[in-house]
Amino acid sequence: MRVAWKNQLTGYAFISPFVIGFLVFILVPSCVSLYLSFTSYDLFTSPRWIGLDNYKEMFFEDSKYWQSLKVTLIYVFMGVPLRLAFALAIAMLLNTAAKAVGVYRTIYYLPSIIGGSVAVSIMWRNIYGDEGIINGLLNFFGVDSVRWFAEPFAALWMLISLSVWQFGSSMLIFLAGLKNIPSELYEAAGVDGAGAVRRFFSITLPMLTPIMLFNTILQTIGAFLTFTPAYIISKGEGGPLDGTLLYSLYLFRQGFVYFDMGYASAMAWVMLIIVAIFTAILFATSKFWVHYESKEG
Amino acid sequence: MRYKPLKWTLYHVIAAGGALLMVYPVIWLLMSSFKPSAQIFQTAGSLIPSEWIWTNYSQGWQGIGGYGFGTFIKNSLVLVVLATIGAVLSSAFVAFGFARLKFFGSSFWFAIMMVTLMLPHDVTLVPQYIMFAKMDWLNSIKPIVVPAYFGAPFFIFLMIQFIRTIPSELDEAATIDGCGKFRLFYRIIIPLIAPALATASIFSFYWRWEDLIGPVLYLNKPSMYPVSMALKMYLDADTLSNWGAMFAMSIVSLVPVVAVFFAFQKHIVEGISTSGLK
Repeated sequence: MRVAWKNQLTGYAFISPFVIGFLVFILVPSCVSLYLSFTSYDLFTSPRWIGLDNYKEMFFEDSKYWQSLKVTLIYVFMGVPLRLAFALAIAMLLNTAAKAVGVYRTIYYLPSIIGGSVAVSIMWRNIYGDEGIINGLLNFFGVDSVRWFAEPFAALWMLISLSVWQFGSSMLIFLAGLKNIPSELYEAAGVDGAGAVRRFFSITLPMLTPIMLFNTILQTIGAFLTFTPAYIISKGEGGPLDGTLLYSLYLFRQGFVYFDMGYASAMAWVMLIIVAIFTAILFATSKFWVHYESKEG
Repeated sequence: MRYKPLKWTLYHVIAAGGALLMVYPVIWLLMSSFKPSAQIFQTAGSLIPSEWIWTNYSQGWQGIGGYGFGTFIKNSLVLVVLATIGAVLSSAFVAFGFARLKFFGSSFWFAIMMVTLMLPHDVTLVPQYIMFAKMDWLNSIKPIVVPAYFGAPFFIFLMIQFIRTIPSELDEAATIDGCGKFRLFYRIIIPLIAPALATASIFSFYWRWEDLIGPVLYLNKPSMYPVSMALKMYLDADTLSNWGAMFAMSIVSLVPVVAVFFAFQKHIVEGISTSGLK
């Protein structure tokens, strides 16, 4: 009996850093955040209970809130699918025995490694400048220059393209997945006379769906939380006309520029619920689109 | 497969063309950093500088806000090293507990950890700030460094996966020889999971080096700024005259990241392929 007790204690001793960290840095702050979302709080005076006022203001009065939710949803639902599509296309391109593949893989992956940095956001700001290389490229193909910093949607596109540019990490995950598909499947399909398109939709895509589920969830959450590029490219303002006011940036401005900590907390909880709903939908629908080895199919 | 020259050429044209397109912005940034500031956009179309100059680097290295760029690099390194040591060691410790020890509630805490992995950190941003403000930790690196010592879910997950590939006969043999769990951990498991420790260290380095929100919230004096904040200062003072310096220091800030990438590429690729990191 004493030994069993000792085993319990040893187990908890090992996971104690996580348990303590979870309680102190996540669970308690989350509860505090929930409480603050029902208050008006500016950090200097004590919180004042205002019930649902923050949520009412958010949903019914604050047009900036809806704008930031809108640009975030556009950012997530254009950025993530495009990123995954590029990742899959290039992974299939590189899934051959060609000698140069290692070099290509490195180059395609490099943007993922540097993409989150301030330096790359600064670079992105400048390649989209009025005289930048993107406009140069457009002009080369006979298209007029776009004023990327004047049009809200054009400015949002800068952020989306920056996110798509970093498809390399998903590409590596897909590459690992592609290597695990037994080649007998393709051989059998070839004998049955299935063409390339058919093979892609009947073998490649279904076999990758388990990886895709995990990947899509993490990429979607990551996209919802994007902060650095929006902060750097719009110089902290979210402009033009709130075109790049991503949710995290607006939350940051409410909390740490206007010091409306109650409102920022309410925003954070709505974000948590939105993310939880998307994750739940992806999991709940996964039995219809994720292919598992054990099942027939 | 039969050798088909046409198909082979087409393949490499597409793959290399795409690769060139991907790195073109970075090459443009690099080349621009050697051009005089006034020429960067006048000659944006031509990639190679007509004359190569180093003044952007010497001017940029003198820094901004009264501090040399070397100070910012030193600040970044302090943050990176302290946070990485904490995150990697504590995560390994926790991972061993989850992967090898049987105790009541372990699957509950494992589930909590997996949920934490997916929790949007925005939720804790405001209350953590308030907490650190009450503790009088603002304007110090403590709010950024200390939480790292309580394990990072991504790294814990990565290391659990790795520890599970180690045969448990090894543990049993050591236990029969009278080796306690703590000794088992640091004498046998730690050396065996060195590759996973390396992968976690590399990713911790990347995330800390590029982190912006932490320094924006907690560091308010230029003397404490890491590289990411220094670059932001260049941007805020964005005038024609210092574009060159800003580009040059952007390149400088990317050098360690790219160097680590090329030095440890194998660890990185394996880390991502096996656990879906980043």
